[in-house]
Amino acid sequence: MDLKFLDFEQPIAELEAKIEELKRVGFDNEINISEEIARLEEKSRKLTESVFSSLTAWQISQISRHPQRPYTLDYLDLMFDEFHELHGDRGFADDPAIVGGLAKLDGQPVLIIGHQKGRDTKEKIYRNFGMPRPEGYRKALRLMHLAERFRLPILCFIDTPGAYPGIGAEERGQSEAIARNLFEMSKLRTPIICTVVGEGGSGGALAIGVGDRLLMLQYSTYSVISPEGCASILWKSADKAELAAEAMGITSDRLQELELIDEIVPEPLGGAHRDRKQTGDNLKAALKRHLEELRRTPIETLLQQRYERLMSYGIFEEAVA
Amino acid sequence: MSWFHKLVPSKIRTEASTKSAIPEGLWSKCPACNAILYRSEVERNLEVCPKCGHHMRISGRKRLHLFLDPGNRLEIGEGLTPVDPLKFKDSKKYKDRLVQAQKATGEKDALIVVAGQLQGRPLVAAAFNFEFMGGSMGSVVGERFVRGVNHCLEQGIPLVVFSASGGARMQESLLSLFQMAKTSAALARLADAGIPFISVMTDPTMGGVSASLAMLGDINIGEPGALIGFAGPRVIEQTVREKLPEGFQRSEFLLNHGALDMIVDRREMREKIASLLSILAFEKPAAASIEAVVVEKRVERPEMLAAAYTSLSAEELTGNE
Repeated sequence: MDLKFLDFEQPIAELEAKIEELKRVGFDNEINISEEIARLEEKSRKLTESVFSSLTAWQISQISRHPQRPYTLDYLDLMFDEFHELHGDRGFADDPAIVGGLAKLDGQPVLIIGHQKGRDTKEKIYRNFGMPRPEGYRKALRLMHLAERFRLPILCFIDTPGAYPGIGAEERGQSEAIARNLFEMSKLRTPIICTVVGEGGSGGALAIGVGDRLLMLQYSTYSVISPEGCASILWKSADKAELAAEAMGITSDRLQELELIDEIVPEPLGGAHRDRKQTGDNLKAALKRHLEELRRTPIETLLQQRYERLMSYGIFEEAVA
Repeated sequence: MSWFHKLVPSKIRTEASTKSAIPEGLWSKCPACNAILYRSEVERNLEVCPKCGHHMRISGRKRLHLFLDPGNRLEIGEGLTPVDPLKFKDSKKYKDRLVQAQKATGEKDALIVVAGQLQGRPLVAAAFNFEFMGGSMGSVVGERFVRGVNHCLEQGIPLVVFSASGGARMQESLLSLFQMAKTSAALARLADAGIPFISVMTDPTMGGVSASLAMLGDINIGEPGALIGFAGPRVIEQTVREKLPEGFQRSEFLLNHGALDMIVDRREMREKIASLLSILAFEKPAAASIEAVVVEKRVERPEMLAAAYTSLSAEELTGNE
């Protein structure tokens, strides 16, 4: 697969193109240019390191939406032994923007739920760009209750621009579907680990995002509204998305400072898509570690800790009367 | 000057300028039917247009004043004030927006929670103030809400909430989003304790408030004509590129689509909710379940509730109208 480069990666892209060209020339010629190639590759790595050492929130937001970024089903391939997808909310439809099913993580049975985006145009439309409708959340809740019944830990993978703003979605109770998941997940009697792997877009993300642990991939984002949405409301122009991204503090390091997440899972140099296997290994190691901790915790303690964690959200001052 | 004017003795002659000397607010215009209404008549009618029945927006404090019995009122979480954890700035600083909203409304934040009585029945009632930054939910709103729920758990008394909100408060970013999870989790505890929660959605109830606490009522009530939904109508129109159906996202639409139990006229709200509670809260919730929750909470933050109450008279409650 040809690597796609974002705007701010253009200097890297040019260097990489040069390397490719040299490699092609090297095949046809007898001159040994492997030294030159190695030199350029080192230069490209250094350049990437330098670009990625000081990314802005807006640039990270673009990486989180990179067209080649691994999606939930990719992580299923990368990390799990087997996966049996389960479909449908039993009430209205199956929503392909959320996938779920039974899986094994190094032999350990778990339940998986995750947003799913599409890769090509056809699949993007089929997956509705990863924007769930109410039946997606209701399918997720049905599967979570299944997990609760059979004592399966739940792993959620968050990657959505947000809930779908459509007529049908409103008619079928988008608000209620999201609210119900928050309500039920707060007391679900099984461990839940949520990981933001791409875009954590608002209520559509949170609806599968309540649990005992919240992890974020290094270049993922999580916010109350998309930078574009925020910009168009507060700056009256979607062009100010860059400013909005900065102001809202949507990146993993800012959210860790606010103590809203438990762990940042490192990504390979250049982002998750540059080395999927490495990304999968990093995430898998983190998930296994947290699963082990949660498994050892008695369920009543787990639920109490989850509740206290939810109640701790918020920063305010209080006048002493 | 007309010939008639000249005939009138100067004592009773009216100058043109005296017209504007009529105290402002003596008359008002119904935003729905454009009828010119006598202000005090509208007030007597609980801010419902006597001509067309349009329910006008009212402040949270006025709402509670109209809803609760006079006297015996305790405000909960009054001492909580918002801060600016992200140092958020768009065209204006969040801090300045807060000061401005506080000046305009006389409130510290967008939710008011009061323990009082309805026809002699003790309960906790909370109401959003839409004029305070669009009734948006940030850390203080979430915390006040939870303290209200805790008071219900402690006393074994019902909860009634009047929502009027544009959703989560962008200026507190992810902290705001997480208030959705926080408030919903608290409601899950209330439900487990067998204590009724009646949710009244007033104009407008949108976004993160709709997709959390507002939709989780044991009984969901809408005021006539209230705009209720997740995504705003304009966003939906831009996304689907078609005209929205007549009455889309209004209470009557939600009733038809199964999201509300009933629509209740403001002038009958007290009677209706009192009757519902006389049935739902007929049996006192099992003491054991309440005890368990309260004990846990006490261990967690023993000083919290005691500090949160300030006694409040009916005059003070209406002071800002």
